Amino acid sequence: MTISRRKFLGWLGAAGLGTTVGSSARAAAKGEFSGFPDSFGVLHDTSLCIGCRLCEKACNEVNELPKPDRPFDDLQVLEERRRTSAGNYTVVNKYGTPANGTPPIFRKNQCNHCLEPACASACFVRAFTKTPKGPVTYDASVCVGCRYCMIACPFEIPTYEYDEALSPRIQKCTLCAPRLEKGLLPGCVDICPTEALSFGIRENLLKIARERIRKFPDRYVPHIYGEHEMGGTSWLYLSTEPFNEIGLREDLGTTPAPTLTAGALGSVPVIVGLWPVLLTGIYAISKRKDKIAAEEQAGAVALAAEQARAESKAELDKALEQAKKEQEAMVKMAVKKALEEAEEKQKAEAEGDAGDSGPSEETDKA
Amino acid sequence: MSNEGTTAGKFQMTPFNMVAGVIVILGVIVTILRFTGGLGAVTNLTDYNPWGIWIGFDLLVGVALSAGGFVTSAAVYIFGLKKYHSAVRPAILTAFLGYALVVLALHYDVGRPWRLPYPFIVQQGTSSVLFEVGACVALYLTVLFIEWSPTAMEWLGLKKIRGIVIKLTLLLTIFGVILSTLHQSSLGALFLIAPSKLHPLWYSKYIPIYFFVSAVIAGLSMVIFESTLSHRYFHDKMDETHLAESRGVTLGFGKAAAYTLAGYFLLKVIGVAADNDWHYLATGYGAWFLVELLGFIALPCFVYAVGVREKNTTLIRWAAAWTVLGIILNRFNISLIAFNYHLPASERYFPHWMEVVISVFIVTLGLVLFRFIATRMPIFYEAAGYDDAH
Repeated sequence: MTISRRKFLGWLGAAGLGTTVGSSARAAAKGEFSGFPDSFGVLHDTSLCIGCRLCEKACNEVNELPKPDRPFDDLQVLEERRRTSAGNYTVVNKYGTPANGTPPIFRKNQCNHCLEPACASACFVRAFTKTPKGPVTYDASVCVGCRYCMIACPFEIPTYEYDEALSPRIQKCTLCAPRLEKGLLPGCVDICPTEALSFGIRENLLKIARERIRKFPDRYVPHIYGEHEMGGTSWLYLSTEPFNEIGLREDLGTTPAPTLTAGALGSVPVIVGLWPVLLTGIYAISKRKDKIAAEEQAGAVALAAEQARAESKAELDKALEQAKKEQEAMVKMAVKKALEEAEEKQKAEAEGDAGDSGPSEETDKA
Repeated sequence: MSNEGTTAGKFQMTPFNMVAGVIVILGVIVTILRFTGGLGAVTNLTDYNPWGIWIGFDLLVGVALSAGGFVTSAAVYIFGLKKYHSAVRPAILTAFLGYALVVLALHYDVGRPWRLPYPFIVQQGTSSVLFEVGACVALYLTVLFIEWSPTAMEWLGLKKIRGIVIKLTLLLTIFGVILSTLHQSSLGALFLIAPSKLHPLWYSKYIPIYFFVSAVIAGLSMVIFESTLSHRYFHDKMDETHLAESRGVTLGFGKAAAYTLAGYFLLKVIGVAADNDWHYLATGYGAWFLVELLGFIALPCFVYAVGVREKNTTLIRWAAAWTVLGIILNRFNISLIAFNYHLPASERYFPHWMEVVISVFIVTLGLVLFRFIATRMPIFYEAAGYDDAH
């Protein structure tokens, strides 16, 4: 029988499944990853966005998504707050009311392509991949459709084909990964007429963003959203109003999503290692307790029996002694009586010798 | 359910059978709709609310309420509390059916159910808490099947193989406790990844611990609850040992539940203190949190304790039913009510009636299967010629 190296490693892998869980959790817990070097991103300067929805149109076309109910040049849809959906990888929303005098702010929403994506960390078939170039891609061919990625995503981006009976997929922006492969820009960036969207190496985009904030301190909020949020995202945002007011949560923190569950996963080897020993120990102790109890019980029974035996023996001995004594006493008495009788007889005989023996017999009868 | 319903063999038009029949017919109809029209046709799930009651009830509650299996077998076979031996078989049966139905329910919820083995055979996403849940539930269902199998083997007269399985009891019990610890807690850990979506009063680093401890409580309470129902409907199936030990089981498990609830209460308070969430208690969600904490943890703890002290089994049974309700409430709070608390009311989830139909359908299947097995196989009595098990 021959075993190939691959097969052998496969077996090893299968045997060490528990350890694998542990080691990957530890790797995640260290969490020093700060993104692939030279990976791409997009800087979205919301102060330059005019809400023309051309990016939505381009996205729809390059991804061959279904035709929407209302055409992309219908700007009335901006009046309502929209989110990504199975047929819509990106939406532009309008924030701020014209009533208070400030002009409205438009913000494009789509997958932010986290450096350490929550969806990828949550997926139990690794359907999501953070590619070294930047996009977080999705592989529908392994997806089970559990929708845990949607629970996990802090930006509420992944969507699901709820109307597909047997082949529903998760749908989300791909950062146009197939176009990047061909050397093309993402559809939305390509079409944007105002340079509200800039594509480039994330590090460079950060420099550009910092430069804009430095140049126009009165214009921008001095923060680049996405630089550190949830461990950093490939999409970066600049805003003239607090990010909360343009629908970007400021309470997400800077902890990458995998770190959030790393502790819980790290406890797996602890339980797997500790529990069998502990439980077997408890079993052994309880068993031993039972054994000792049984032994003690047996001992007590034996002792009681021994005591009873000893007691009865003592009683018997006592009775025997008594009987012996009584017997001796009786013997003694009998001897004494015999002696007395003999003495009397002797006396009588002596008297008889002197006279008649008859009266003595009569005396005896009386 | 009625007494006549327990008669094995012929089908009879008892009220239970009629109600169950209607539910099964409805369930089959919704099943067809689900697998022809997709989740959208029968659920109120949205992109904001990807998990509804099929996860919140069928999975989270189903697994928690099936914890009686590992709790009882651990008490008897590991801790050596042999006086509870007659409680093991009903508990293992409840657990086995519970887990089997959880897995069945998942087939409705996931998009492509035939791919459920993919995480193990195609690509392992070991960084996912859900991978841990899936692996442990799959393994534990297998363990429960083996633990339950001697019952069927006695029924079928497979003496030899049953003897072999019985020898595995301790090993299976230890394996069951490990797997249960892992997946009961990791069902809670699923939510650790979404701190921005779950209300801070329910989101805690302790959530895996909460899920595990409350599962133990659920297990203890379910044994009492199930025994209450079984005494009502399967009394004629119980042998003298079962009847004689039953009171002791109720008192003993009630006592354990009182202590565990007290510990759980303290842990919950520690969780609030650790994250310094006190100020949330003054909000609407805070009031709801207090309803759960005081009404469904502290109160049943107290009622259990009084019941045990006064040896009042009726009171203990009420406490058990109340505790089971509390566990359901807790799982609903975490997966549905306090989840997505930040969204406007219009974006929140409320189950579609057809989702409820499937959940009720699955519970009904569980009851029917329990009755089928309990009326035919040695669950509440020792099978003749098999008293070597202890």
